Amino acid sequence: MKYLIFMIFICFSSLVAAELPVYELSIKDHRFYPESLEIPAGTKVKLLVKNQDATPEEFESHQLNREKIIAGNSEATIYIGPLDPGEYGFFGEFNEATAQGKIIVE
Amino acid sequence: MLGPSVIVFREVLEAALVITILLAATRGLTGRNRWIGGGVTAGVIGAVIIAFFAGSIADAFEGIGQELFNAGVLFFAVLMLAWHNIWMSSHAREMVANLKQVGNEVTSGELPFYFLSTAAGLAVLREGSEIVLFLYGIAASGEGAAQMTFGGVLGLAGGITVGVLLYSGLLRIPTTSLFRVTGWLILLLAAGMAATASGYLSQAGLLPSFAPLWNTSGFLSEHSVIGQLLHILIGYQARPTAIDLGFYFGTLILIGTGMYLISKQKFRHASHSRIF
Repeated sequence: MKYLIFMIFICFSSLVAAELPVYELSIKDHRFYPESLEIPAGTKVKLLVKNQDATPEEFESHQLNREKIIAGNSEATIYIGPLDPGEYGFFGEFNEATAQGKIIVE
Repeated sequence: MLGPSVIVFREVLEAALVITILLAATRGLTGRNRWIGGGVTAGVIGAVIIAFFAGSIADAFEGIGQELFNAGVLFFAVLMLAWHNIWMSSHAREMVANLKQVGNEVTSGELPFYFLSTAAGLAVLREGSEIVLFLYGIAASGEGAAQMTFGGVLGLAGGITVGVLLYSGLLRIPTTSLFRVTGWLILLLAAGMAATASGYLSQAGLLPSFAPLWNTSGFLSEHSVIGQLLHILIGYQARPTAIDLGFYFGTLILIGTGMYLISKQKFRHASHSRIF
């Protein structure tokens, strides 16, 4: 039963995910590229974070209430929004000194 | 050097507090150290394995494997804590009576220790795998091994110290009310975990994301030491959404009702047998 509910969830999520706008973010040398990303207000978007470093990084944002570990040389999907206009900071917890960025919602 | 210790401290803190509360909640029970210790050991081993497979876990289920894993671990821990609390609500009285009799060996009765073991293990598992990944990252980026080890040990010691402080504080509570206090602590701990789990589900896109209902981060940030302590202990979130609150209070009400019904049933049973 639990498995069934789980599968329904997965199918549902992939249906929903298919229509979402995708934004890409890269991590290289413990920095985010771009460091500032613009997304539309009031829309749910799919954030594709590509970690090009060999070391793992944790994408974290208090404002967005998100945290996700991205293994070295791999990519991760994070869903954010719908959000109100404004700036939402994020950082890489494992390399906080350099890995800083923000999402600008317009 | 300070970087590793701060991050390790943050991760250790959560596991340390959960274990501390479990230890206080089982005070005086024979075999509890072995069971909780066993859970912690299994958690550490599991954390290393999870860290090793982090990449494949994250890629699973179309890139939301990590969220499902975290939410699953948290919900399972909530279930274990709920089970413990409901069991305790029908046995706390006997345990208090036993503890008060000096020299009388306390037996664990039929307390199913494996769920405490599991809860302790799960707390270590989730936080531990993050520590392993983080330290691996530092090691790979070439920072000195000695510095990394020192920072890690410092963070570990800090986290355990806070746990020990809380434990000695809890032990000052008179035996008669100790289990009531730990019962409340576990209840709030479980509710906070359920709210965190719902956050992972909305990050995965399985639950809708709503704007936070309020924002108290200016007043008390979750990133501050006190904010983080409260986040672990009572589930404090600076920007809770309606879904977070729903999961929080839903868990609170479900476990609370279970505890109430079981303790009432027990009481009725006890008075019934007294009459006959």
